[in-house]
Amino acid sequence: MRNRTFLFMPGNNPGMLASAQCLGADVVIFDLEDAVAQTEKDAARILVSHALTELRPQGVGVTVRINGLDTPYWQADMEAVVAAGTDFVMVPKIESADQMLQVTTGIESARQKCGSTATVKALAIIETPLGLENAHAIASASKILHGILLGAEDFTASMGAQRTADGAEIAYARSRLLTACKAAGVLAIDTPFPFVADLERLEKDAAFAVQLGFDGKAVISPHHVHRVNQAFMPAPEKVNWAQRVMAAARKASEEGKGAVSLDGMMIDLPIIKRAERILLLADA
Amino acid sequence: MDKQCSAVAGTLESNDIFITITAVGGADTSISLSSIVMNQFGEAIRALVEQCMAQSGLTGVEVAVQDKGALECTIKARMETAIARFKEKM
Repeated sequence: MRNRTFLFMPGNNPGMLASAQCLGADVVIFDLEDAVAQTEKDAARILVSHALTELRPQGVGVTVRINGLDTPYWQADMEAVVAAGTDFVMVPKIESADQMLQVTTGIESARQKCGSTATVKALAIIETPLGLENAHAIASASKILHGILLGAEDFTASMGAQRTADGAEIAYARSRLLTACKAAGVLAIDTPFPFVADLERLEKDAAFAVQLGFDGKAVISPHHVHRVNQAFMPAPEKVNWAQRVMAAARKASEEGKGAVSLDGMMIDLPIIKRAERILLLADA
Repeated sequence: MDKQCSAVAGTLESNDIFITITAVGGADTSISLSSIVMNQFGEAIRALVEQCMAQSGLTGVEVAVQDKGALECTIKARMETAIARFKEKM
């Protein structure tokens, strides 16, 4: 499964849930948190559960963003969506390793309660200053953690910062979260670009996320999906180069050579890792 | 059961369905249905609503259903929500 785009969809909107498969995102996120009014939390949970069991998108990863651990809804959310067969449970506002362990225990408890043997992984959202300070501890806390998303809207609000299209105010947060995720070996997912109509700057923002090393990016509009997917697709000449690097590395290994050169460049481990990432992004 | 008791679920937006369950007393359940696809799917929607009500064990209620083109899973979800909300108020 690719991880280029994670598309948020309101969990209480049946029309949008029905269209999840057709929008081109690699992963869809059925949202029970911010997109759902307090008075409709029960309705959204029931609707998403039925959509997961009876209308499940094919060929697309399915995530449900449940309500936060500081709300009275999260356990019921988790039990319902694990029983309905979600691939991932996304939990907002994670601030510590202890909270990540609470999520892990919650998922395991929900699996046992419904008798599920399916693998359910977790995705965490870091969106507070404390969460960012504890990013590596969070990223390393659980074997079922699949990745971490930076939630820049709440983060900048907590910081008293102004959210802008160029994203200067989240430069540190992006780099800090990215480093923590890479150190722990989990996916680093970039924050959504919030200016829905500004497609030109969306492309720049997505290209910057790729440049930094993010594995994917969340999106809040179906109109953003194609552009972000494209940003994460390496150019054909890069794919060709990566294939040649891997072929040269394989040949060197077969011949018992420690190093080999390609086009005058020494092929060593960092080059091979870069080539592997390109091929992974290209799904080649 | 309190005769004033009622509960709603869903919306009148496209692809959704709006359910109102109202206590009327007695032992019967009546269903009124309007749908933008009444000619094509009216009978199937009514059968699904009847099935949900039978499973709920509720009687002595009036169920008003306004369908805006909901899929089967949406109808089941909204019925389940309305029934749960109604039972909470009983």
